[in-house]
Amino acid sequence: MSEITQEQVTHLANLARIALTPEEIVSLTSELGSIMDHVATVTEVATPDVPATSHPIPLQNVFRDDVVGQTLTAEEALAGAPDHDGSRFRVTAILGEEQ
Amino acid sequence: MTTDLTRLTADALATKLSSGEVSSVEATQAHLDRIAAVDGAVHAFLHVASDSALAEAADIDRRRAAGEEMHPLAGVPIAIKDVIVTKGMPTTSGSKILEGWVPPYDATVMTKLRAAGLVSIGKTNMDEFAMGSSTEHSAYGPTHNPWDLERIPGGSGGGSAAAVAAFEAPFALGSDTGGSIRQPAHVTGTVGLKPTYGGVSRYGAIALASSLDQIGPVSRTVLDSALLHDVIGGHDPRDSTSLTDAWPSFAEAVRNADVAGLRIGVIKELQGDGFQPGVMERFREALALLEGAGAIITEVELPSVEHAIAAYYLIMPAEASSNLAKFDSVRFGLRVNPKGGGTVEDVMSATREQGFGAEAKRRIILGTYALSAGYYDAYYGSAQKVRTLVQRDFAAAFANADVLVSPTAPTTAFKLGEKTGDPLSMYLNDIATIPANLAGIPGISVPAGLAAEDGLPVGIQFLAPAREDARLYGVAAALEALLEQKWGHTLLSQAPDLSPSEMNATDEGAV
Repeated sequence: MSEITQEQVTHLANLARIALTPEEIVSLTSELGSIMDHVATVTEVATPDVPATSHPIPLQNVFRDDVVGQTLTAEEALAGAPDHDGSRFRVTAILGEEQ
Repeated sequence: MTTDLTRLTADALATKLSSGEVSSVEATQAHLDRIAAVDGAVHAFLHVASDSALAEAADIDRRRAAGEEMHPLAGVPIAIKDVIVTKGMPTTSGSKILEGWVPPYDATVMTKLRAAGLVSIGKTNMDEFAMGSSTEHSAYGPTHNPWDLERIPGGSGGGSAAAVAAFEAPFALGSDTGGSIRQPAHVTGTVGLKPTYGGVSRYGAIALASSLDQIGPVSRTVLDSALLHDVIGGHDPRDSTSLTDAWPSFAEAVRNADVAGLRIGVIKELQGDGFQPGVMERFREALALLEGAGAIITEVELPSVEHAIAAYYLIMPAEASSNLAKFDSVRFGLRVNPKGGGTVEDVMSATREQGFGAEAKRRIILGTYALSAGYYDAYYGSAQKVRTLVQRDFAAAFANADVLVSPTAPTTAFKLGEKTGDPLSMYLNDIATIPANLAGIPGISVPAGLAAEDGLPVGIQFLAPAREDARLYGVAAALEALLEQKWGHTLLSQAPDLSPSEMNATDEGAV
């Protein structure tokens, strides 16, 4: 089940938005294969009768009143941005030509 | 005055500050001088905040002189792991993708430290986004172990542990997702505690794996960790996973340390094969001392621990892959424009390719795989079931023991570069520390001595049920006292002098 191909890693890199180089795809394919061979052992003990635990300490949703609190100013929020126009983050085109 | 202020514990320094014998500016300057003298070799710090630290210290001195009521630790310097966002100090989480970023807000733990008057002297090195066990995955170069500069200081919080071990700070903040506070403590002869999940606010801690991460104290003595934990702990409405419990004073737990009648369960699966003889020797010696002091030593079994690493290396990358999606070249950090331009997604992909290191990419891809359609149930779903099994094992073990015990890690510090080519062997190093994160329970590592074969520090780990952090402070403080009584000195007094010329007058603890 943990047979991993270069095509799969290329697809995962696309999903994760990382422009991996061809060399990285080759090395990650073999590394992921050996890591998955090891971690796939979880499937042997995870029998249907065992419930899943998502969170170590049982908690319930936490709500607060919908009131305006102290927040960052626009200037503070933009201070670390690579590009902005003074009140908004600025990015390049959202859609490519074929879209 | 001939006392080297950097050799004092935080508690002892606080006493001198309160009495007026020493000023915070003097204490802060002494640590900045020490950093200047040794950090070229150790590289514990990514940023040293000399100017702001001295200004904060001067402010504490002025307020104290004016008769203002101060927190007992006011004026004591502290180092901050770079995973914690700090207003006015650059925060990178060890990654190039955040190089130069100065956060517009403070993490809650920082707000608490500032309110108590602690002086932040800088940000410490770490594996990129806390992904690692050696700090070799820092984008800014590794930290070196003060006991042997050719060896790893542990990770991911190797910078905080090394800073404390090298007397560059009396204590520090760390974060622990799979052992990143405890394993560095083990290899540097220091103390580190991972609190109960939810015991310390994570608001403003750059998330690695949200169901596992916890912030905690790093120090040279058990009391100093407890004093720091008392400052940073407690409920925070800004962290929805923060527990609302009222916590006891952990410093009191240290001062009342007593193991008479305490049932200590030795974890059967975390000894023997793969554990270095010198690590086991110090471990058994520590147990004998505790037994001599009245503790009841029993053996417990955690059969599912065998699968804990496998479950961890599915859950952690899965959560990391989604947490790290925020580094998208839009709101903060690096932006790389691909040749010939492109859409915002092309910019994102180019930025993440250049901004993330090899280990971050490896874990993001692994996590994306574990969460992808067709594999989710088999991998992430199964890993969450193993988590249930690990929790059940702990529940059964704690029915017969008040605390559990194991070596903190299988070996002493390995050499820099020894495991970087083999990610899986690096992962297996976390076998003893990971189970506590999966179960959300607290764990502490405290020095147990030096391994005979290499003269390097060995730690011992205690685990307690969720919310029983105070038990850990009690048993660790008792062992620390028993060992120091036996040795006649602290373990760190045996560490090599990193700058002999500076330390001639001050080696009162050396033998």
